[in-house]
Amino acid sequence: MKFGVVIFPGSNCDQDCVYALREVLGQPVVTLWHEETTLKGCGAIVLPGGFSYGDYLRTGAIARFSPIMRPVARFARDGGFVIGICNGFQILLEAGLLPGAMLRNTGLRFICKFVTVRVERTETPFTNRFQPGQVVRLPIAHNEGRYTADAKTLRDVRDQVIFRYCDENGQLIDSANPNGSTDYIAGITNRAGNVLGMMPHPERAAEPALGSSDGRLIFESTLEAMAASGAH
Amino acid sequence: MKANITITLKPGLLDAQGKTIKSALESLGFKGVREVRVGKYLEIELNHARAASAKHEVERMCKKLLANPVVEQYRIEIAQGSRL
Repeated sequence: MKFGVVIFPGSNCDQDCVYALREVLGQPVVTLWHEETTLKGCGAIVLPGGFSYGDYLRTGAIARFSPIMRPVARFARDGGFVIGICNGFQILLEAGLLPGAMLRNTGLRFICKFVTVRVERTETPFTNRFQPGQVVRLPIAHNEGRYTADAKTLRDVRDQVIFRYCDENGQLIDSANPNGSTDYIAGITNRAGNVLGMMPHPERAAEPALGSSDGRLIFESTLEAMAASGAH
Repeated sequence: MKANITITLKPGLLDAQGKTIKSALESLGFKGVREVRVGKYLEIELNHARAASAKHEVERMCKKLLANPVVEQYRIEIAQGSRL
């Protein structure tokens, strides 16, 4: 199962993703420079975190026009598995591959810390290895993570939310919502379910030495979904 | 021809910066502040000869890149003959 990790100018979590997929999961990984125009036969694509194009104008606003995003969008529309992490999530939103937008954290601070999120759905390609309602520990590191959308989109997206910020017991309370995200949203999929965007970093929590290995389950879930779908 | 573009968050969306600035103004003794909204301001110099076509072009820029229609609104002013 070959994974492709896209590198934009300003990405800084690409090698962490490569490490998690190659060393922890033992899968082949290729990196895809943003100027490339093919996905080199990858079965799943990861848009990593970072500060693509320095976050100029808006997070993800310029990266989404990179040449690599054309084949990524085509791949996503054809049902290919795409995971956007942090800045990667912001890029997917700007590209219209996921609904909604990101605003600055309500506290106006860049937040870098472990949080707890609740797994809202487990019948997805990215969460099939979790238990429903499972509370997992993952780190966040962002300044623009307040998910928002218009009222209609929020209604439509309700069934596509797969991670919500919560306290250690899985309760949705404001003090456990680090960035003021609407409905505690930390991660969503598209309607078809093959594109994931999440603010927490699973690659930074993929083995015990990193303080949590909960993130590993997201990549393992994807692997299982790829095998089931006959991806290569 | 120059285009001046102002981009702000749509009404109703919490503008965290604006809110903080408002309380800073209040703590400095400015009593009459109802709301503060923070935005972006862009100046774009264009080769267009006609204001209408310049505005049309900038409108397209706003829709495609400069503003995010999910959360932002924009206002375009075309200033004729001025240089940056």
